Amino acid sequence: MEYGLDLEYSFNEFLKGFGLSSEVAHIIWLPLPMLLVLVAAVVGVLVTVWLERKISAAAQQRIGPEYAGALGVLQPIADGLKLLVKEDIIPAKADGILFTAGPILVLVPVILSWLIVPFGQNLLISNVGIGIFLWIALSSIQPIGLLMSGYASNNKYSLLGGLRAAAQSISYEIPLALSVLAIVLMTNSLSTVEIVNQQSGAGILSWNIWRQPVGFIVFWICALAECERLPFDLPEAEEELVAGYQTEYAGMKFALFYLGSYINLILSALLVSILYLGGWGFPVPVELITKFLNLPINAPFIQVFTASIGIVMTVLKAYLLVFIAILLRWTTPRVRIDQLLDLGWKFLLPISLANLLITAGLKLAFPQFFGG
Amino acid sequence: MSIAITTQIICFSVLSLVILIGALGVVLLESIVYSAFLLGGVFMSVAGLYLLLNASFVAAAQVLVYVGAVNVLIIFAIMLVNKKEDLKPISDIKSRRIISTSICLTLLSLLIRVDLTNVWSLSSPQNSIGEESTIRIGEHLFSDYLLPFEVASVLLLMAMIGAIVLARRDVMSKDISTGLPVDQELIEKSSEPLLTNKN
Repeated sequence: MEYGLDLEYSFNEFLKGFGLSSEVAHIIWLPLPMLLVLVAAVVGVLVTVWLERKISAAAQQRIGPEYAGALGVLQPIADGLKLLVKEDIIPAKADGILFTAGPILVLVPVILSWLIVPFGQNLLISNVGIGIFLWIALSSIQPIGLLMSGYASNNKYSLLGGLRAAAQSISYEIPLALSVLAIVLMTNSLSTVEIVNQQSGAGILSWNIWRQPVGFIVFWICALAECERLPFDLPEAEEELVAGYQTEYAGMKFALFYLGSYINLILSALLVSILYLGGWGFPVPVELITKFLNLPINAPFIQVFTASIGIVMTVLKAYLLVFIAILLRWTTPRVRIDQLLDLGWKFLLPISLANLLITAGLKLAFPQFFGG
Repeated sequence: MSIAITTQIICFSVLSLVILIGALGVVLLESIVYSAFLLGGVFMSVAGLYLLLNASFVAAAQVLVYVGAVNVLIIFAIMLVNKKEDLKPISDIKSRRIISTSICLTLLSLLIRVDLTNVWSLSSPQNSIGEESTIRIGEHLFSDYLLPFEVASVLLLMAMIGAIVLARRDVMSKDISTGLPVDQELIEKSSEPLLTNKN
């Protein structure tokens, strides 16, 4: 699996052609993928917001936005611009420093987690060895930001929302981590690239979803709970808490929360597709197709072709999951807080523990199918 | 000096400064909420130091355990029991401050002495294991460090039992904080759902 586009290497070689040292070339390279990921995340949010508006409209037999651009595709940009020019209000009795730091603490870990999302063999910012564990660790920072903004708003609804968010996030982190652990057991590695490669043997048949159906469902439920999407949007339940921890926020600070929650949704969808749906893999292995068509796998145009198929497949799978999440949001009622905690602690936690045990057993019993 | 080393030095000094200032703030600030949030910042910077030492797994574990679990629980507890209470003025505050300062200074001088006398550089430069460290940590935990690893779980069990005792007052005949007999009936009533009595 050593082929594939290595843009960093080519870029550095290109700069070295101008007589720059490899260190300077590396420094010039560094901001590029970060910028690319930021742009990708924001564009992803715009698309998701548009999808959310259109699908919710369809679910409620409305038309949805249609005047801003064709089919209303420019509506999210109009939303964003509106938030950008709104007045930035800090309530008089609020704690200014914590009030400002809260949204930042919510957004930054989510964007940092994009570090480990691979769109191809070498198409990720950093193939860190701890891979998926980094995401689990970073996503545990978020509740601090929520608690901070809930406390600093000096509003009982905000505080309740922040406390609910923290309780929910702590409860659902454990089954989430346990179902990831089952995947890691089968892969023998924490790296996201390894996790995808381990699923690439026989196309759609070797995807983890067939070997980890229970883990897939547990992970998806927990990911929705971590994103605070309906049916688990208790922290911002508008009928009970106005808007939870966001109640006092306006303008760009509110936009940060908004961005954060949607980037988190896309990130979760991407991670589900990486962990369970074969990541950038095409349902039929690309090697088989090229062999069938008698094409050299290492030719440049084939590599560009496979890389673009990889990106398209990753994004396609992720947006399929985003679609399901949006559909769930507009068709299911909200659970109560005791039901939420019951589901997390009394159902998902035992099930994911049993799933881990069974995975470990199957791995030892059938090493050829469950990773040796 | 290469760019990599310069970056390391800058990162190290910024992280150390944040740790020092943050830790001082945790101790000295009057507002307990600020202290708790600053503690989170200190934990994060310690994770950054681990990252600088190429111990990425330990860094992530530090973030997950200390920031994501311990610190969140501390803040959670503070916000649930945030009673406005004026602290009583302590009579002999001056002598107390002098004693605590002298103890702290003695400890500091001891630590400085340790820093200066001990030989910190390893005799043979260990080949850095980098990403392999996750596997190595796992091997150690399940072989020569098995006992401490298991004893730590007993500690967690004790904490859990304590939490259950605090949360379920109804299983105790006496209130823990006041020592008064608990009115069992009241607890039974309050745990009934409110909506069932409507009809």
